[in-house]
Amino acid sequence: MSPEIDPFILFFASIFTSNILLANFLGMCSFISISRDLKSSHGLGLAVIVVLTVTSAVNWAVYHLILEPNGLHYLRFIVFIIVIAAVVQVLEMIIDRLSPALYMTLGIFLPLITVNCAILGVSLLLEIRRYSLLQSVIYGFGSGIGWWLAIVSLAAIRKKVEKAPVPAGLKGPGITFIIIGLMAMAFMGFSGMLRVQ
Amino acid sequence: MAQNKSLDVLKKNIWTENPVFIQILGICSALAVTNTLTNTLIMALGVVFVTGFSSLTVSIMKSLIPRRVRMIVQTLIIAFYVILVDIVLRALLPDVSKALGPYVGLIITNCIIMGRAEAFAQSNPPIISLWDGITSGTGYMGVLVLVAVIRELLGFGTLLGYRVLPEGFVNWTIMVTPPSAFFIIGIIIWIAKSIMVREEKKK
Repeated sequence: MSPEIDPFILFFASIFTSNILLANFLGMCSFISISRDLKSSHGLGLAVIVVLTVTSAVNWAVYHLILEPNGLHYLRFIVFIIVIAAVVQVLEMIIDRLSPALYMTLGIFLPLITVNCAILGVSLLLEIRRYSLLQSVIYGFGSGIGWWLAIVSLAAIRKKVEKAPVPAGLKGPGITFIIIGLMAMAFMGFSGMLRVQ
Repeated sequence: MAQNKSLDVLKKNIWTENPVFIQILGICSALAVTNTLTNTLIMALGVVFVTGFSSLTVSIMKSLIPRRVRMIVQTLIIAFYVILVDIVLRALLPDVSKALGPYVGLIITNCIIMGRAEAFAQSNPPIISLWDGITSGTGYMGVLVLVAVIRELLGFGTLLGYRVLPEGFVNWTIMVTPPSAFFIIGIIIWIAKSIMVREEKKK
């Protein structure tokens, strides 16, 4: 809420204590469905980091330079989602041109990201908390890393749990939620160190 | 015949294909708003409204939308209804609107709505699509309300802000924190799936 948060604190808080997934519940759908496989989790996580950082900056600029001065803030939902879709599209073309290898890793995940609520959620949070441009980019980048960390850890844990004797009704999504709950508790353990609301 | 179909849709959306605990869709908002029952009810009603009317609109307009751009058109239709919900909430219930924070806007990316528009409204007539949208919204609402009742009751000892449990009750602080939402959804999925496994076996 306060405009003078230290950038370093903001960065670490967005990764650990205020993890976008485990504290704000954003980006759950793809988190649950992709985390079956470690490799794709890593790819999706990287794509989320890139898209979150870029869209945070672009949406900050669009909101503060275009929407707010013209009193159009109620249009933000539509405008943010269009910006996100456009950024994803442009990124896809750039990555395809510059690095086919990276495109193979990220390419298939980029369209999925448009509907990942973490991206829209971060843009909306930036606006609600009234972050500056620098804070927005740091928060977006940090949240991306936090998301990547969470999905890669979950995928690794799920791999181990696959072989465990889980009751029939709890198999699949059920046990996954319990694991996520335990992870959320573990991440909450960091909150004694620093906190950003 | 028509009645049979609508009953069928109702049963599917609320139980056998429940969006939250079977299809695991729209989980973000399902977890985030459930720490108090009031917020949950308002958020869920918003989702029911948006799912119903965007399915209706998509179904009416389906012959007018070229297939290639239908995702974008659907997103815009959904965003239109979400903006309506947001404006109404801001005007009538400013406190709730503030408490829900970004989650009203996130109804746009709630996969249930896009899912229903794609899977049902694209290929069905308007009235049944409206019904399908409303019932899947209701299936979502049912789970949310259940989670919210458990969390608010054990976490604050209240329901809808009124004291329900006796004064001596020690609040379970964990119920107010994020991990409890994951645990409760996990347990609900467990119970629902176990019942379904048993039903299957009977057949």
